[in-house]
Amino acid sequence: MQVTSTVREALVTGGKTVHDVTEDICRQVEGKPTMPWLMGMAISLGALAIGAYCVFMLLWEGVGVWGLNKTVGWAWDITNFVWWVGIGHAGTLISAILLLFRQKWRMSINRAAEAMTIFAVICAACFPGLHMGRLWLGFYWALPLPNTFGSLWVNFNSPLLWDVFAISTYFTVSLVFWYIGLIPDFASIRDRAKNKISKAVYGALSFGWDGAAKTWMRYESVALILAGLATPLVLSVHTIVSFDFATSVIPGWHTTIFPPYFVAGAIFSGFAMVLTLMLVTRKTFQLEDYITINHIELMNIIIIITGSIVGIAYITEFFIAWYSGVEAEQYAFINRMTGPYWWAYWTMMTCNVISPQLFWIKKIRTNIAATFILSIIVNIGMWFERFVIIVTSLHRDYLPSSWTMFYPTFYDVGVYLFTFGLFFTAFLLFAKFFPVINMAEVKSIIKSSSLKQSN
Amino acid sequence: MSDNKKTYWKGVEQLTNDPAFVKNAESEFPEFLPINQNEEGGSNRRDFLKLMGFGIAAASLAACEAPVRKAIPYVNKPVDIDPGIPNYYASTYTQGGDYCSIVVKTREGRPIKIEGNDLSKISQGGVNAQVEASVLSLYDNERLREPQKEGSAISWDDLDKEVATKLNSITAQGGQIRIVSNTVLSPTTKKVVEDFTAKHPTTQHVVYDSHPMEGALVANEASFGTRMIPSYHFGKAEVIVSFGADFLGTWLSPVEFTKQYSKTRKLNNGKKTMSRHYQFEGNLSLTGANADYRTPLKPSDEAKAVVALFEALSGKKSSIPNIDKAAADLKKAGNKSLVVSGSNDPAVQMVINGINSMLGSYGTTIDADKPVHYKQGNEKAFDQFVADAKAGRVAAAIFYNCNPLYNTKAGSELKEALSKISLKISTADRPDETAIAMDYIAPDHHFLESWNDANPVMGTYSFSQPAITPIFNTRQAQESLMKWAGVAQPDYYTYLKDSWTSALASAGKTWDHILHDGVIEIDPPAEGETEEDQANPQGVSVSQAIQQINANYKGSGVELSLYQKLGIGDGTQANNPWLQEMPDPITKATWDNYLTVSQAWATENNVQFVEGKSNMAKLTVGGNTITLPIVIQPGQANGSVGLAVGYGRTSAGKVANSVGVDAYPLVNKVNGVSSFDIMIGVSIEVLPETYQVAQTQTHQTYMGRETVIQEATLQEYQKDPGAGRYHAHVATWQEESGETSPGTLSLWKGHKYKNHHWGLAIDLNSCTGCSACHVACQSENNIPVVGRQEVLNRRDMHWIRIDRYYSSDAEAGDLRGLEVAAENPEVTFQPMMCQHCNNAPCETVCPVAATTHSTEGLNQMTYNRCIGTRYCANNCPYKVRRFNWFKYHDNAQFEDINTAMSNDLGKMVLNPDVTVRSRGVMEKCSLCVQRIQYGKLEAKKEGRKVKDGEINVACASACASDAIVFGDMNDQDSKIYNMLKIKDTEKADYLIEKEIGEPRAYHVLDAIGVKPNVSYLTKIRNKDKA
Repeated sequence: MQVTSTVREALVTGGKTVHDVTEDICRQVEGKPTMPWLMGMAISLGALAIGAYCVFMLLWEGVGVWGLNKTVGWAWDITNFVWWVGIGHAGTLISAILLLFRQKWRMSINRAAEAMTIFAVICAACFPGLHMGRLWLGFYWALPLPNTFGSLWVNFNSPLLWDVFAISTYFTVSLVFWYIGLIPDFASIRDRAKNKISKAVYGALSFGWDGAAKTWMRYESVALILAGLATPLVLSVHTIVSFDFATSVIPGWHTTIFPPYFVAGAIFSGFAMVLTLMLVTRKTFQLEDYITINHIELMNIIIIITGSIVGIAYITEFFIAWYSGVEAEQYAFINRMTGPYWWAYWTMMTCNVISPQLFWIKKIRTNIAATFILSIIVNIGMWFERFVIIVTSLHRDYLPSSWTMFYPTFYDVGVYLFTFGLFFTAFLLFAKFFPVINMAEVKSIIKSSSLKQSN
Repeated sequence: MSDNKKTYWKGVEQLTNDPAFVKNAESEFPEFLPINQNEEGGSNRRDFLKLMGFGIAAASLAACEAPVRKAIPYVNKPVDIDPGIPNYYASTYTQGGDYCSIVVKTREGRPIKIEGNDLSKISQGGVNAQVEASVLSLYDNERLREPQKEGSAISWDDLDKEVATKLNSITAQGGQIRIVSNTVLSPTTKKVVEDFTAKHPTTQHVVYDSHPMEGALVANEASFGTRMIPSYHFGKAEVIVSFGADFLGTWLSPVEFTKQYSKTRKLNNGKKTMSRHYQFEGNLSLTGANADYRTPLKPSDEAKAVVALFEALSGKKSSIPNIDKAAADLKKAGNKSLVVSGSNDPAVQMVINGINSMLGSYGTTIDADKPVHYKQGNEKAFDQFVADAKAGRVAAAIFYNCNPLYNTKAGSELKEALSKISLKISTADRPDETAIAMDYIAPDHHFLESWNDANPVMGTYSFSQPAITPIFNTRQAQESLMKWAGVAQPDYYTYLKDSWTSALASAGKTWDHILHDGVIEIDPPAEGETEEDQANPQGVSVSQAIQQINANYKGSGVELSLYQKLGIGDGTQANNPWLQEMPDPITKATWDNYLTVSQAWATENNVQFVEGKSNMAKLTVGGNTITLPIVIQPGQANGSVGLAVGYGRTSAGKVANSVGVDAYPLVNKVNGVSSFDIMIGVSIEVLPETYQVAQTQTHQTYMGRETVIQEATLQEYQKDPGAGRYHAHVATWQEESGETSPGTLSLWKGHKYKNHHWGLAIDLNSCTGCSACHVACQSENNIPVVGRQEVLNRRDMHWIRIDRYYSSDAEAGDLRGLEVAAENPEVTFQPMMCQHCNNAPCETVCPVAATTHSTEGLNQMTYNRCIGTRYCANNCPYKVRRFNWFKYHDNAQFEDINTAMSNDLGKMVLNPDVTVRSRGVMEKCSLCVQRIQYGKLEAKKEGRKVKDGEINVACASACASDAIVFGDMNDQDSKIYNMLKIKDTEKADYLIEKEIGEPRAYHVLDAIGVKPNVSYLTKIRNKDKA
């Protein structure tokens, strides 16, 4: 274990003992569902039900129930897809990259962030499926499976196929990483369980964890290996998602800056979403000692950095459009700023570039209410970023005869709502039945940072 | 040896020789096996009966569930019908006076497509949208299945008996009988009418046209002594001046005129001249959109402009723009000029005759010796008929395939008068506005089920033959008339054939021959007078006409100009969904008519027009008030508004009923004849309610993008054939000059087409925008109709579209300004379909390889493989891909719109060679791959290569202006190869597909390097200044 300087601020406050950690975290799992949780669940299930109706109508009637048209072939569907994938970046980044950099402050937030990642990726994956005209064939034709169609293969040139590989790999690794981390904590819950069902369920989930030194050693090496594997994936997933646009010929899409710009944007939105969720969890589960102002401040700093990267990317795009001398390219960007969708562009600019700059002020950066509001604003901004890229580029591309507007329908909103319902239902189930903070890891930092005060 | 013999026992049983063992020792299976459970060994009778009972029950149950298929194989196959092989029949399209010589493609006995007949000297293989669409009207579910008596079915025998009795008693009492029809082109039909008149002597044949040319007929009668309309030869004219005559769209014989006109607009290495076209009109018509100089004038000024031109030719200066210029050009061109007017006023036509006479056009561009018969209506006779009917002087009226209750101004008067007519019969194919008010409906065959002839132009005859057995229990109207005239077994076919026997014999042709050709030219009997005398109008009292014009043409307030749309025309074929959904070439609007207003008027009245949405207007003319939508139309003359007729039908069928508003009641009378211009008493009130007109194109200008539209003036072209071309360039080390066209730089290796390399060349200069290709493509490729709401959702499915761009007055950099069309814009039509890119952006992005490149340069779409991600459509720079958002066939949502895919009758029109696409797949222009395959197979059967011209795509074959040319760019003898002056080059690293030598040819969006196989030729305007 690393030696921690005594001047370092404690990562967990309140003089928690190892036992306190177990108590604090397991309390939620073992106790009865609280009123706020039940209310949250009811709202989520309501959203899920309305959304499920929209999904059903979408599949029953056809993609025509959405507002898409001959010019704008993607709008909310792929906007939502990229948005959710972006959100799904924070978890693995926090666990994997910060693990490799030995950033111990990550320990009390990584579990929830990873869960968020997994649910966000599930929500994201809904859209490439649902946006297909023929989902019933597409869900397996998009995979390189051996077949009897004269051995018809998928098109390896297509960025959409790369997406299939990128997202499925990322999802698998994230899921395994998250689950491995959960095993020691499941074992703790199993050992504390008072009724048979809990014992059986958590017993099965903990894979017979015995807490032996050898087991711990293996556990740590697996975590490290998975962190190593997950790190490039964090960068590759959104890079590949950006290829959907970057490899095309449409002005506003055909942009080589997209990979780093998308990755920065993804981390930006992911951290914002983690903050939104953590602030609520922290409050309702009374975990203020584990998720401290220090955590919030550090995450806000990452938001300033990534937000600024995104802002520079926006400006660079404009510069390159001007510098390229390509008429259609220049028009695409002028149209973004001043065309019929100017409001979307300026919403994006305000939310993503201007508002995070407020975090330079320490008072705002360490203010919970301000952070909460700004974290939501960032995610609104990031949704509009994808909307601006997809819709405003498509709606006026090369031939003015095809220029048109896109108007969303009830079903566009409904399917988006469906993923919200899905996400929050899953997250609430997670919060109730799984330990929201990695007890095993947090215990390791109590000694070095928190216990010293009580000593 | 025996001593040595050892004994081995198989077991203890053998050693002990147990009797139970010995008993079974020799049998194959010593133990009991449950093979035959019953000792008798075999089934017993009860088992057999059980099995048989079950078997019969099962077999009969299975038989009940087997699908009942409607396809029945031939017992004796007809000699000339091979399943899968189309048959073609020459025939004739007539709709009132509209005429086109056609070839009908039938498959398995069903007409599925109409093509132009190349043998006709009139239509010359061209068609228009209405002709193309008429095949769908054959399968219209609204057609009557059998004769009707007051709304209920009746047998032909009963109908004939009742009608004959009544007619005979009317004749006996001396009651008046009228046969009312539109122009009848068929001489034999007229003979039948004569026979009828012989039997019932009180009969008179009243002919009217929904769009009369009474003015021209009367003026020519005054000028030439005969009531006729001369032949026009736009192809021989160097200067064309038209006053409101939409001769490329709806006036007189548009297919013929488009053929002629387009020849004067073609430019190539040999020919560097083209006609100059002036248009003076109120509404922006298709013809006006093609004019070199267009002057918007409100109707009251339009007639005055005719006078002004007449006077300008004798030296008097005019204040009307372009009149003096036109006069100067006309004088210079001399007899190679042509002046026409769309006015129905004899006075205006008289002045026009005067102008043409002054220019000496008679004998060159106008042939008065060869009158055309497209418009035979006599307004006076029709007005008299209405008056007689009102006064109760008509005892019987037979309406022969006409609908005067709808398409005349007198419709409402006539409707009231009908009660005074004791016997009313219509031969309409459906219970239309007139037919529902009749005692009897004796439905006629569709023209594709009929025998007939036509005499469109003096000396030219054209024949119709049935392409299908009559679908319903209908009867050819001629046979009905013969029956009612007392012929016991009427047979119009024999009658027709017999009436041609002598004429054919003298022309040295056989009946089979003319049916094969569809057309025949027989020189008219020479007349006594010399040509010189005949050719020039005599005794023209132009000065009197000018006086009349000055007296009659006084406008006050806003003036209304009624017009016909290319698709719907006069509304006869309004129940045809292909025509309803065909975007108007100018406004790009579908499924509606509307008030076209100028931008100035809109600003004045505070009307906003965004994406087809604007305020409604209340239009009041005389006592008629109509509430209708507004469309702002650049080029609309200030102080005038326009409105199309042909809409607002109440009894045409599910498709057309209550689409748009009926404008016929607004028709005016000027100088004693009907006029489609209302100059006085028009008031318009802008209502707060809004309405959205469904347009397929909502952005009107091309934003100054030279990558899209490249144009020049004729003078510039004459100096430099590459004038107007836009050449993008980027720096490169590969070329010595240091620059190259960005389109030549490529990541891809390119393609090598060893056999064929199909491509299209589209001449923007000849394309008039008439949209015949739209409907031809729809008919050939089973393209669904999606209806107004889906067009509003911007989901029209057409594979070919005609982009119509207006010019803008704004400066190049002013992007906001460029969005606004000029007040009187220059118009460019650009047919746009899949460009079949060699480096197709759609192909690389499809995750399942559903769209791929063929070895012949086609971009292919495999519907079966498509999973509908729409990535290809997004990545298409030309936005030509169309997605099946819904299931368009057999879907209640589209039942009344997409009739060709919703009922068993409509489905007969579908092309069996083309898949009807399912929901959720992408589609687009295939370059008629089914036709290419068919042509290749035909050539292969004969062991030779495909010859140029054997294969033609639907759009190119329909094109009346020959603006679209299809061919094999690998074939050095092909038209396209020579037109584009193709050079085959191969560069070291990349196989460049084709290098095009023609300086006018360009690829749209050349710089993005997708290398299309469709080339466009620059638009050249015959103007002094750009």
